[in-house]
Amino acid sequence: MFKNVYNWIDERLDITPLWRDVADHEVPEHVNPAHHFSAFVYCFGGLTFFITVIQILSGMFLTMYYVPDIIHAYASVDFLQHQVAFGQIVRGMHHFGASLVIVMMFLHTLRVFFTGSYKAPREMNWVVGMLIFFIMLGLGFTGYLLPWDNKAYYATKVGVEIAASVPYIGPYIADFLYGGDIVGAQTLTRFFAIHVFFLPGALIAMLAAHFLMIRKQGISGPL
Amino acid sequence: MSNHEQHESAHRPVQRKEMSRRQFLSYTLGGTTAFMMGGAVLPMVRFAVDPLLVKKGEGTFVKVVEESKITTEPQEFKFKVHQVDGWYESEPELVAWISRDAEGKIFALSPVCKHLGCTIFWNTKGHNEYDCPCHDARYTRDGKNITVARLPLDEYDVKVDDGIVYLGAIKPNTRV
Repeated sequence: MFKNVYNWIDERLDITPLWRDVADHEVPEHVNPAHHFSAFVYCFGGLTFFITVIQILSGMFLTMYYVPDIIHAYASVDFLQHQVAFGQIVRGMHHFGASLVIVMMFLHTLRVFFTGSYKAPREMNWVVGMLIFFIMLGLGFTGYLLPWDNKAYYATKVGVEIAASVPYIGPYIADFLYGGDIVGAQTLTRFFAIHVFFLPGALIAMLAAHFLMIRKQGISGPL
Repeated sequence: MSNHEQHESAHRPVQRKEMSRRQFLSYTLGGTTAFMMGGAVLPMVRFAVDPLLVKKGEGTFVKVVEESKITTEPQEFKFKVHQVDGWYESEPELVAWISRDAEGKIFALSPVCKHLGCTIFWNTKGHNEYDCPCHDARYTRDGKNITVARLPLDEYDVKVDDGIVYLGAIKPNTRV
């Protein structure tokens, strides 16, 4: 049944080379944990991506209930966590996944650093990886405000005040992030927009560049 | 040099730096694209940075208490300010500790501890100091930080008019 459908499409669009190009490639021995168990360190990048996918999916589902408004945000989070079936799990995935992404990304960065994989010709991929790192931090910072509880409020206040201490442009950055003078209605909508549209958009573009480069250049050689 | 160049150009056919059709078209298309992209992006950027360009509301003064009630002993006064937050307007309640100094000048301190933002109170431990219940920060009558906190208590702008004390914006302490 599936084979027939696949063949029918493949005859018309010749899709086999497309997915083969993406999925069918050799994994060198030195990065394969089946050969050398210590090669598991090469899994952290893929794990980061795996958790990122979970973050994107769980985040998409969370917006089915979440309202980015100072009056309703906390109540909507409370509702989706405690009233909706599996709400605790879906929000839990997003909540704990956020920390896990940072951990995995950090381990991946350590692996790249200690295997010297950032060296020529892969310098650009290191730079793109750093951009991904900062986008992830931005996602963490903006997402933290969204439940609109005390912790969220003060974390954002402190965070923006740190940003405001940048010489010369600090106050403008703070105004831009606050969307006004205080952590309020406009800060919440702003952070929501940045968290849900702007940064994920940038993240996906950077991930595409990251993966294209690693496919083009191949994985770095053994130590 | 210039002689040499003149000499050469006299013998060569004049080379005009002419734009090819292809170049002209790509410039035109590029310019049009840039113009159209600009037209699309500009409104969005202005939209996003609007809060930066909105004129800040000047600190308005709010009536708090009669001048005669203020003593040299700091007292707690609550007052409401009008706050506009986007599409929400509210009347949050603020607190000020108001007292007179040795010269009889009225000043008002913010009760937000400069250590980690708890609410301080006057003389809860009998030392004639402001005490913070959270981490035992202490401040003098003028709001000068004694321990724990690294900065003195913030001050309100004070205006006395016709026997009434008005409070305005919060500013860094000017007394210590």
